[in-house]
Amino acid sequence: MSEQNLHQRNQRTLRKLLIWAVAMFGFAFAMVPFYDVICDITGLNGKTSTTASTEGPSRVVEDRTVTVEFITQRGEGVNGDFTAATRRVKVHPGEITLVNFFVSNPKSSDIITQSIPSVSPGEAARYLHKTQCFCFDQQSLAAGERKKMPMIFYLDPELPRHINTLTLSYTIFDVTDRVAATNN
Amino acid sequence: MQSTLFHRAAVGLTSLMISGMAVASDWTERSDLNLRPGVTESSQEVYDLHTTILWIVTIIGLLVFGLILISMIRHRRSKNPTPSTFHENVFLEVLWTVVPFVILIAMAVPATRVLIELDDTSKAELTVKVTGHRWKWEYTYLTYEDDNNIGVSYMSNLATPIEQINNPVLEGGLFPYGTAKDAVGSDFPEKDKNYNLNADNPLVLPSGQKVRFLITSSDVIHSFWIPDFGGKKDAIPGFVNETWTIVPEGKEGTYYGQCAELCGKNHAFMPIEAKVVSQDEFKTWLAAKKEEAAAAPDLTPFADLDEAMELGEQIYAGTCAVCHGNNGQGGVGVAFAGSDFATNEEHLDEHIDVLINGRAAMPAFGAQLSPREIAAVVTYERNAWGNDTGDLIQPQDVQDHE
Amino acid sequence: MSTAAHDDHHHHAPKGLKRWLFSTNHKDIGTLYLWFSFAMFMTGGLLAMVIRTELLEPGMQFVDPEFFNQMTTVHGLAMVFGAVMPGFVGLANWMIPLMIGAPDMALPRMNNWSFWILPFAFLILLSSVFMSAFGAGHPAAPNFGWTFYAPLSTEYGPPSTDLFILSVHMMGISSIMGAINVIVTVFNLRAPGMTLMKMPLFVWTWLITAFLLIAVMPVLAGAVTMMLTDRHFGTSFFSAAGGGDPVLFQHIFWFFGHPEVYIMILPAFGIISAIIPTFARKPLFGYASMVYATASIALLSFVVWAHHMFTVGMPLAGTLFFMYMTMLISVPTGVKVFNWVATMWRGSMTFELPMKWAIAFVILFTCGGLSGLMLAITPVDFQYHDTYFVVAHFHYVLVSGAVFSMFAAAYYWLPKWSGVMPNKLLGELHFWSSLISVNLLFFPMHFVGLAGMPRRYADYALQFADYNFWISIGGFWFGLSQLLFLAVCILCAMKKGEKAPARSWESAEGLEWEVPSPAPFHTYDTPPVVK
Repeated sequence: MSEQNLHQRNQRTLRKLLIWAVAMFGFAFAMVPFYDVICDITGLNGKTSTTASTEGPSRVVEDRTVTVEFITQRGEGVNGDFTAATRRVKVHPGEITLVNFFVSNPKSSDIITQSIPSVSPGEAARYLHKTQCFCFDQQSLAAGERKKMPMIFYLDPELPRHINTLTLSYTIFDVTDRVAATNN
Repeated sequence: MQSTLFHRAAVGLTSLMISGMAVASDWTERSDLNLRPGVTESSQEVYDLHTTILWIVTIIGLLVFGLILISMIRHRRSKNPTPSTFHENVFLEVLWTVVPFVILIAMAVPATRVLIELDDTSKAELTVKVTGHRWKWEYTYLTYEDDNNIGVSYMSNLATPIEQINNPVLEGGLFPYGTAKDAVGSDFPEKDKNYNLNADNPLVLPSGQKVRFLITSSDVIHSFWIPDFGGKKDAIPGFVNETWTIVPEGKEGTYYGQCAELCGKNHAFMPIEAKVVSQDEFKTWLAAKKEEAAAAPDLTPFADLDEAMELGEQIYAGTCAVCHGNNGQGGVGVAFAGSDFATNEEHLDEHIDVLINGRAAMPAFGAQLSPREIAAVVTYERNAWGNDTGDLIQPQDVQDHE
Repeated sequence: MSTAAHDDHHHHAPKGLKRWLFSTNHKDIGTLYLWFSFAMFMTGGLLAMVIRTELLEPGMQFVDPEFFNQMTTVHGLAMVFGAVMPGFVGLANWMIPLMIGAPDMALPRMNNWSFWILPFAFLILLSSVFMSAFGAGHPAAPNFGWTFYAPLSTEYGPPSTDLFILSVHMMGISSIMGAINVIVTVFNLRAPGMTLMKMPLFVWTWLITAFLLIAVMPVLAGAVTMMLTDRHFGTSFFSAAGGGDPVLFQHIFWFFGHPEVYIMILPAFGIISAIIPTFARKPLFGYASMVYATASIALLSFVVWAHHMFTVGMPLAGTLFFMYMTMLISVPTGVKVFNWVATMWRGSMTFELPMKWAIAFVILFTCGGLSGLMLAITPVDFQYHDTYFVVAHFHYVLVSGAVFSMFAAAYYWLPKWSGVMPNKLLGELHFWSSLISVNLLFFPMHFVGLAGMPRRYADYALQFADYNFWISIGGFWFGLSQLLFLAVCILCAMKKGEKAPARSWESAEGLEWEVPSPAPFHTYDTPPVVK
């Protein structure tokens, strides 16, 4: 094998390997949407859908009652009240239910908040359908404002039998700075 | 369970190692070098599983090491001058692929069974939300039996006094030592038996009832772990995790745990103290807590500066000193000693405001401390360490604060 | 084998600083890597000494908890990315061309680059430690553990996190270039007759390692890039507030992190597979099954990552999958250990220094492997996770595993590198002293871990005091023992010692023993023919 030939072969192998390395760098970023898909399917992290469900329930399962609990959590930097009007409700799968949440802003400036839902057990997340939720959008709160935020949901009639309690948690974050940073 | 061969061998080894040690712990109710069987059914199962696996790996290990040892003795050049030349044996190679595989299956079966049991959080009688903060735990009692409007919530801080922790031996030099600097002294107080494990407000749980923990965090990832209950679960900001426990009746007592996920500076200083009491006692305690929570805040004014200072000093040492230094010299948080902020009249309102509402890295204490306590701390910070402003803040001032 | 005769046609090695700065010679670059790795080993060790000093007794005596966290973080990074990985790359540079009969690495100029990036990467990282140490803790060096979990490293990371990100990027590029070089060399520069299945196992394990490196180092680069944009450019990959997920960080990190663990151990398997047959005077048992076992370990390493994060709350099915896969890895690993034992069996063994280290490796690595098997059992891992039991496990695998294998390699090939045999007395002292102290250092960690001491703790409850005292003593002892190795290396570098023949160990097999000792600057300009 001539020296020229060897050089070319080396360059070819090098190029292939470089392409592979770059592809793997891309793969790291591809893991982000991929992870979301996996989460949707398996309920890996208990995240619920971030968009309103457009279809209603197909039927109501009258003979089954499931307890749905609501807990609220303030992220760091949020010091107003953030509570659910009801701590827990008993519903039939397929039954449409409304729950109000209250949030207040004691600060002397306006803030923008974002609430992040999380369901436990995670497996139940994909069976929780929300037709309306304050968590789909950012909510702005004027200084001193107290706001009622409704959330309408139903449980999928196909909810696995072994799940009889479901906890829906909302963590509220103050995203004022984050929004300002993105806008600039 | 305590008398396995491994345990005895290990105890022997320990006493060998401890001999000659000046400071030895006498924590007899806690196992020193093996996993602890714990007090719950599931922790016992985990312990049994651990023991089984430990035996299996010990036997495999001894087998392999035994073979190596025999080979080293019998197949050294002085004993066996002409080496054999075999270098493959299909039977052997298949054997030591298949046999470990079978052993693995034997291990996987009980492991899977225990795992499925641990996963079942349904039908709990008490639900407690556990929130990790840097660097303390918050316990919120959500539902108990049919009562789903308890509204009892409190913070749990490390109770070990800071003088027991900070024992600096270096002054100046290469290493930074932050808050320890000014505490250099000749005699350090002796450490409590439950050093670094005691909390000021323990988690109180009833025995004989299933308790479900909903675990989350307000800042970074923490991990909620009480070894005697059989496992840990991460506290993740924005997400909830579930775990459960039943401490059987007759096992009432105090159990300790620690944060098990690196969460920053005081990761080692946010213990979990769980007090398990009988159901009757728990009901009495919960009722008292509910009453306390419902009662209007205590706005009794301080009689004089000394009274406020005394209360302020206690709260400062327990809650503020971690970040702001034992002597107000600062650290993670700002310094107070001699600072403009803590001495200038103009900043008084701001001072109260920051305590109630927080600012940047400073958490809000409005929900955690009563107006009386906040008034005491502000008074203390403005009068201690030579600040001597003479400002006496009354509970009503805090209550009136916008 | 007319290598020595050919030497005269070539220019001689350039002298002075230029020789090292601009070197494209695989032997010189290998030497640079090895010295760099040793320097980082001592630096990381020094940081570990700070940790062990603080943990000698309960209470905070020497450093601030904040500085303590910086020590654990940088200790981990320096050891993983500075000591173990470059150490193996150094060995690859020196030995792979010699073992496959190639004149040099295939891409010599890139080789120079991949080395010289490293010192600067570490200069950047360690500069933050210097600033912290001499600035009484401010500004802080990275303090979030070598696993840099978000959000501790993103929203809560100190400003030096950006230096850390830059430095990790540089280390990543260096490793990727090194790995590419290995693959191109092995694919294109093998001597005639050196078929893949004739290659020494060290070359095989390194080839597989190189593929792992190219697959996962870019993923690490992706992870730190996401951190960077989260910190400064308003994205929220890992922040719950912006719709991201901190757990996603752990998935990405461990997708890199688990193969990384094998990157740090596969070359060690190759070294041990070279040394044991030499001193047992018997061919390696099950060569083909060794190759297949290595490949299957590498493949399995991509589907076990979540066993590092059983406590984050995964669904049951996911947990079970990762538990079974992890347990499965012990099968090919077991095959390797059994093959080594079978190689020794009915051999005619002598116990020169490389063999001593190799046997210590097999035994202690097996200890680490067995505790790894215990950790795979998820329900029990809920107790073990993030305790000193884990610390004991991975130090058994990495110190008495990877590092011991590098000592074995050094004692084995030092005659080839320097032309003189390593000093026996110092070598024996180094071995026995390290062997005893490493166990005093890491074995009791199993006990404190099981008893419930979490890792990365600056201070601990009183019942852990006794063992921690002895662990610290073991730590100081082990650290000081390494100065003996420094002495051995310096003596060899100064050519002080018994002169080594070409075949420095009487029954050593392989092309590297066909060239004179020390190996001339240029070897195999005319490829040898392998029958």
